[in-house]
Amino acid sequence: MTATHHLDEATIMALGAGTLGEAHGFAAATHMAYCPSCRAALREAEQLGGSLLAAADEEAVSDQCRSATLASLEAVSPEKRKAPAKSASDVPAVLCNLIGNVPLEEIRWRKMGPGIATHAIPLTPGGRTKLTLFRIEPGYRIPEHGHGGSELTVVLRGSFTDKTGHYMKGDISDLDETVEHQPVVDEGETCYCLFATEAPARFKSRLLRLLQPLLGF
Amino acid sequence: MAVMAEIMAPAGDAGPSGRETALLNRIATSRDRQAFTALFDAYAPRIKAFMMRKGANAAQAEDLVQETMIAVWSKAALYEAGRGSVATWIFTIARNLRIDRLRREKTSLFTDLEGYDVETDEDGQEEALCRFQEDGYVARALAQIPEEQRQLLIMSYMEDMAQSEIAAKLQIPLGTVKSRMRLAYIRMRKLLETIS
Repeated sequence: MTATHHLDEATIMALGAGTLGEAHGFAAATHMAYCPSCRAALREAEQLGGSLLAAADEEAVSDQCRSATLASLEAVSPEKRKAPAKSASDVPAVLCNLIGNVPLEEIRWRKMGPGIATHAIPLTPGGRTKLTLFRIEPGYRIPEHGHGGSELTVVLRGSFTDKTGHYMKGDISDLDETVEHQPVVDEGETCYCLFATEAPARFKSRLLRLLQPLLGF
Repeated sequence: MAVMAEIMAPAGDAGPSGRETALLNRIATSRDRQAFTALFDAYAPRIKAFMMRKGANAAQAEDLVQETMIAVWSKAALYEAGRGSVATWIFTIARNLRIDRLRREKTSLFTDLEGYDVETDEDGQEEALCRFQEDGYVARALAQIPEEQRQLLIMSYMEDMAQSEIAAKLQIPLGTVKSRMRLAYIRMRKLLETIS
């Protein structure tokens, strides 16, 4: 399974630098489980970080820090290589761990209306990003909306289409605040996707904006 | 051109990365404290400066230096030279520990990157894609990109600014920050392909 819609290079660089929001990091990691080319791109972005560290200024370290580090080595045992994490379901391990290692069917879904249910994944309290799972029935049309910030959507099952393309399992949609879109879930299979947002999505309809806090996205 | 000749010169095993890989191997195979001390003396001051630039005070930065270097000691056997240089590996350890720390302190907005590549790669191509392992190449490439792109890389990697914060500070749209980041990335990649 290789994805055909990838992360924006700018997003990969933010991930490499360590400045990407928590929810977005998890969504990116979920996509990367399906995507060797984005993993390789992240390595390159990290290589930039390594080079900047290698070329960084130096700040003298105290003798106490040095001797305390050296003194603690004896007590530290070497880490063994871990077998690649196994996922308990059809979603990547990084996401499976976040939802209590249960299949998508068994998590607690909150019905938002006919054809759509969501599940909010708890992250570090006080963060500015939100991570939500969506379960959307075939043919369902998500009302047209723009974004308050960057929005990442990873398809876990099924597929959807919007003006930017056709998204299937493993694909990621990486949109910023300038894009307005109206995704439609394709016929045939329920679509499960993981959705990372920075600020609440901005709906065009005033009514939907009013209802948004109640809808939970 | 002399500069080009220098850039094109192969780094070879005796280069800094080769030497650092050898030091890590000695830690991995025989818990060699002398090798560790050499790595500590090379990296601890840079990690400290790096953390302080990202906003840590001296004591917090030294805590992170200690945590990072102890992780280097315990994880030495996990380092894979095919995935990047020793400096890159240490950078990712320091970055992840800092994110962990911020998250424990509940002020974190940043993600934990452990485990992003847990799934095995079936087609086995990604090792080959990590083309540039000598940090010197990257540093040289960095010197060749336009100032406005280099500035964004420094703000992002060294000063820990989110792209939206960079946009606010430079008073340019977020889309411009992203496109400059992309351009920087594409330029760097091209330069590195030519170099290696």
